[in-house]
Amino acid sequence: MIDSAVVFIVLALGATLVSFLKDRRKTAQGLQKGWKMFLNVLPSFVNILMLVSVALYVVPSSLIVRTLGPGSGWVGMAMAALVGSIALIPGFISYPIAAVLVQQGASYATVAIFMTTLMLVGVMTLPLESSYFGRRVAVLRNALNFLAAIVIGLFVGWVL
Amino acid sequence: MKRRWEALKPWSWLAIFLAAMAASFAFGFHPGKQVFGHFRTFAIEMVTLIPFIFILVGLFDVWFPREQVQRHIGQRSGLKGILLVILLAMLQVGPLYGAFPVAYLLHRKGASIRNIFIYLGAFSSLKIPMLGIEIGYLGISFTLARTLISLPLFIGIGYLLEWYLKDRRFTIQEPKAQQGR
Repeated sequence: MIDSAVVFIVLALGATLVSFLKDRRKTAQGLQKGWKMFLNVLPSFVNILMLVSVALYVVPSSLIVRTLGPGSGWVGMAMAALVGSIALIPGFISYPIAAVLVQQGASYATVAIFMTTLMLVGVMTLPLESSYFGRRVAVLRNALNFLAAIVIGLFVGWVL
Repeated sequence: MKRRWEALKPWSWLAIFLAAMAASFAFGFHPGKQVFGHFRTFAIEMVTLIPFIFILVGLFDVWFPREQVQRHIGQRSGLKGILLVILLAMLQVGPLYGAFPVAYLLHRKGASIRNIFIYLGAFSSLKIPMLGIEIGYLGISFTLARTLISLPLFIGIGYLLEWYLKDRRFTIQEPKAQQGR
């Protein structure tokens, strides 16, 4: 975690420097844009951190390991896929949760399946999607994406 | 006065949380202290990571405006079209349902069925701000593995759906009045 923070700090400062040398006005614009986006997501980010802090106290890590850990096998993956397909959690918010799950002993495959189904499959937004593509295509797209999400999760778990 | 209250509203949960934490420390409520310990770790983590990701995202947005890519996407197909459509999707922000209107737009501008679904796949999981945060939280190897396996699958889904829908007069509609959504 700290390592990646250092990488991002170096990258961000380097990019700002290069950008500044090339075009001051654009750089100011970019920094402003980034700052605005940051302020936009900050409240929901802080809220989820509070929620996760409380959840970590209430849900013991042994339970997480048992249900989502390496030993949980297909049941854990199926649960991750189910929750991920139905839940509507913005990415900004799901990554801290995923990181905590990994730290608490959940397997990479399970966390990857949770993340990919969350991103790729939207059961709750199916009605909206149907109004654009028609019901048949919307369901088909979600079904194909669900399969893809499982494959991606298994692959990530196999690689890492 | 009212506007000031609106601006503070997103922070109401934090206010409640901090008040509860202060009370926990004042009265020696142990679970509260433990919860605060977690929160402090997360908060420090966030402060050292997220602002810098957004500096990168903001700069990227200014130097590679998505309009520039969008201009070249309509008619082209083949490998170049696929690459452009993926690049366009990576430059977006927001949740997946925000991509449907763009899919409609692309469809109207003549993008192929294949490219539209590749766009949706890439939009859902390859957006640059998201990748930044994912690398920050889950590590570069996680993101690399996920991205490398995702791309061929999305392209495959695009081809599959195009093949399936070829003779079925598929169109993307703009939803009529959006009822309460």
